[in-house]
Amino acid sequence: MKSRLSLLFGLLFIFVIALSGCAPAAVPTPTAAPATEVPTAAPTANPAPANPDLILATTTSTQDSGLLDVLVPLFEQQTGYKVKVVAVGTGAALQMGQQGNADVLLVHAPSSEVTYMKGGFGKDRLLVMHNDFIIVGPTTDPAGIKGTASAVDAFKKIATASAPFISRGDQSGTNTKELALWKSAGLDPAGQKPTWYVESGQGMGATLTIASQKNAYTLTDRATYLANKANLQLDILVEKDTSLLNVYHVITVNPDKWPKVNYVGAMAFAKWIIDPATQDVIAKFGVDKYGQQLFIPDATKTDADLGL
Amino acid sequence: MQIDLEIFQITVLSLEVSILATFLSLLLGLPLGTLLALGRFPGRSFLLSLVNTGMGLPPVVVGLFVAMSLWRSGPLGDLNLIYTPTAIVIAQVVIAFPVVTGLTTAALQALDTGLQLQLLGLGASRLQMIWLLWREARLPLLAGMMAGFGSVISEVGASMMVGGNIRYQTRVLTTAIVLETSKGEFNNAIGLAVLLLTITFLVNWGLTWIQQRAAKR
Repeated sequence: MKSRLSLLFGLLFIFVIALSGCAPAAVPTPTAAPATEVPTAAPTANPAPANPDLILATTTSTQDSGLLDVLVPLFEQQTGYKVKVVAVGTGAALQMGQQGNADVLLVHAPSSEVTYMKGGFGKDRLLVMHNDFIIVGPTTDPAGIKGTASAVDAFKKIATASAPFISRGDQSGTNTKELALWKSAGLDPAGQKPTWYVESGQGMGATLTIASQKNAYTLTDRATYLANKANLQLDILVEKDTSLLNVYHVITVNPDKWPKVNYVGAMAFAKWIIDPATQDVIAKFGVDKYGQQLFIPDATKTDADLGL
Repeated sequence: MQIDLEIFQITVLSLEVSILATFLSLLLGLPLGTLLALGRFPGRSFLLSLVNTGMGLPPVVVGLFVAMSLWRSGPLGDLNLIYTPTAIVIAQVVIAFPVVTGLTTAALQALDTGLQLQLLGLGASRLQMIWLLWREARLPLLAGMMAGFGSVISEVGASMMVGGNIRYQTRVLTTAIVLETSKGEFNNAIGLAVLLLTITFLVNWGLTWIQQRAAKR
């Protein structure tokens, strides 16, 4: 028995050592994005950064759309930074910035962001891109909202028909926009909790799955919808209203409040993402696969241009 | 082929992390469990109750507390361990260690109390006695090891919170399954699930074989 136990431990030991030797070699060169061409833009011969670790807090929508799977490897390749992308809701991302647990934020809840900047938690805030929200729902469209020009009117119709609606319910950028639309419609389902209003508390991909399974309506960004379309039975019912614009900013966490943040890295990322070459990558993302642009780059514009 | 490489990397990372965590839990849990079983000191019952409660700790709660300690804003923030595989190992040790300890204590307490005295009477030193008791209780001890491993290879809450499910860095099988499911890629999710189950089965098959060989002697 003694020899058996020793044999077991010996084997386990060798196994663990062998695995730890294997693992780094097995990390594949990340070119997992299927159709989008990853342009080998002039590799700027930057010296390896002093602090290469960067924590990027972003939203689940940005993650679920697949854009980051293209952008982050490109950034790492060109600058030598090692990025940890933590995808949580906008609320959590801003909270992480407030506590200095992230270096740079990529979020899309302008009203919450303005409050955040007023609190002095962010140093730089730059306009990056926008996409738009759409209202999706079952093909049968029980509330009859298809083709409604105004998103607010569509929401009113859903409430009147007591049609099932799935909310993100997680203080994300999408959730913030959704609540703003209800407010404009003079309604408060989040507060009154009628049975037709369901809060998923999860990311956009998961929420779309719930809506699809329950034949319900939901508000989603176009990018995530298109990325998940193959697995959903939902149609686009309302789109292109000016109130449905979804604007992304990149925010560097203020090093004056949190000296431990990697401000140099954060600025490198922020500058990189508004760089014309990157903006071009953003513009081309998804065109091959979905036949339309998923994100529209805006670094050359101002907030006022987008109605903010 | 690229996807397969990524799955291989995820699998290897899952195994590394969980096996290491189980091993460390054994290192800590066997001695503590033995102490609780054989020792007599004030507060022993209380400590044992704590350990038994620890067996039922929700992994996501463990993840939350470990994450709060490892965040930059937390007490151990300067170690820069958040969102690394090391952080996942730490959280998993916290999850598995009470399991191993509690089952070790139960295993040793199930032995005939006369055995201890007999061994000491025959001239065994303390350490020799403990080793022989472990040999006697090898069946439930191995079961405890399998329970410890099972509790960490299958958990997702702690891995998600302290690891962050970061691609190529801290994505393990369980968190990858959650991600694929949330993207609606159910086929991928099922594939990963089957892979996870197979690996867990293989590891436990090996341990069970050893346990049953020990039983035949």
